[in-house]
Amino acid sequence: MSKSVIETPPKGGFSFDLCKRNEMLAKKGVNPPSFRKTGTTIVGLIFQDGVILGADTRATEGPIVCDKNCEKIHYMAPNIYCCGAGTAADTEAVTDMVSSQLQLHRYHTGRESRVVTALTLLKRHLFNYQGYVSAALVLGGVDVTGPHLHTIYPHGSTDTLPFATMGSGSLAAMAVFESNYREGLTRDEGIKLVTEAICSGIFNDLGSGSNVDICVITKGGKEYLRNHLQPNPRTYTSSKGYSFPKKTEVLLTKITPLKEKVEIIEGGDVMEE
Amino acid sequence: MDLEMNLNAPHSMGTTIIGVTYNGGVVLGADSRTSTGMYVANRASDKITQLTDNVYVCRSGSAADSQIVSDYVRYFLHQHTIQLGQSATSKVAANLIRLLSYNNKTMLETGLIVGGWDKYEGGKIYAIPLGGTLIEQPFAIGGSGSSYLYGFFDQAWKEGMTKDEAEQLVVKAVSLAIARDGASGGVVRTVIINSEGVARNFYPGDKLQLWHEELEPQNSLLDLLNSS
Repeated sequence: MSKSVIETPPKGGFSFDLCKRNEMLAKKGVNPPSFRKTGTTIVGLIFQDGVILGADTRATEGPIVCDKNCEKIHYMAPNIYCCGAGTAADTEAVTDMVSSQLQLHRYHTGRESRVVTALTLLKRHLFNYQGYVSAALVLGGVDVTGPHLHTIYPHGSTDTLPFATMGSGSLAAMAVFESNYREGLTRDEGIKLVTEAICSGIFNDLGSGSNVDICVITKGGKEYLRNHLQPNPRTYTSSKGYSFPKKTEVLLTKITPLKEKVEIIEGGDVMEE
Repeated sequence: MDLEMNLNAPHSMGTTIIGVTYNGGVVLGADSRTSTGMYVANRASDKITQLTDNVYVCRSGSAADSQIVSDYVRYFLHQHTIQLGQSATSKVAANLIRLLSYNNKTMLETGLIVGGWDKYEGGKIYAIPLGGTLIEQPFAIGGSGSSYLYGFFDQAWKEGMTKDEAEQLVVKAVSLAIARDGASGGVVRTVIINSEGVARNFYPGDKLQLWHEELEPQNSLLDLLNSS
């Protein structure tokens, strides 16, 4: 008896087919190559005029620091910025993607983007990938409805808070916030508190380090203070300096004209469909 | 002691959620703790989410799953309200939640309690636990903290309570669960829904009644901070 099989087109979305195989291999000791993670301390807080976001600048590849001064505060819209922790590729890709979607949406509606729009786009994407897109984000911005601060977890859940921390250094930073945060901070007090929280992560967490980046967003505009504080300068530099040759050294020059090696056929068949 | 914490572990709301009917409406109550493994990710979360003007849902289980389910149901109910021409009933809301929970039972991990008031049936509570069963009850409890409340409700629940009695019962129950369940804590939030509308209340954790062996705070950091 023959059975007729109706071919259904493959459904869109992530294919989880290889996940079990990967788990089985990991148990046998075959590990996938380690990817670049931002160990990270990222924080955000709401102050009287808007939102302040802060981040450290260390990117790690396993035990090695692969980037001593990376940028973890990503642009989403002129009035919205997003700090990212987790796999660096995932945070970059997801924030870039949603930033483009927001711009298209701005063209479509003719209005300034709202923070909840960015929030919904991000959480839907992350939920669809069931936590495999390893991006933990602190999203902050000021729109017509006021200042907003949200945290987004890799599985797609979100929280709305007056102050938030994420990343491996989040416990150290949260300790600072819980002791010193109050409502109605001024801009300088807010920057000072965010810097303290990030420094707490930098000095107490191995996955965070180097410098402090700050981004202040208010109704009037935004201020991106890259490397606002650099508490880890290079302590030992050679007094003689380092010298490197100015251009690539030429060891040998050999020119082989190819015309002698290749037969050139003039004319030939015309291409036909 | 293994102190390794996976801070990117899926967010679960340890939780205690309660829904109780009274003479004239319903009272929903919940704690406010969201945990990632052993770390409290949000100590003041709001687990009672609005679906329509007159129907709310208490969420427990995976934070991501319950947020997405309630977002979809809010969207469907909005469309339904437009098509129907009047406010949706709590039975329809509960049914939509049940359809999503049951049809995706292998992928979702969420226990929900739907409570609302409509002009046809008055105040109703519907429980939709893990597998996607829908059960209408005069009161419902859910979440990890509910294990400690089954006996309490068997003894304390009465038919035909007033609004204040019902709310006091809910606050007392959540407070007892918080005392015994590590995954529940923070503040107690309640939502009262009746023919007049919706009222939200908030009971901070340090103002709750003390239970057996619980001590008065002494040299509390809060006092030190407030005095400085």
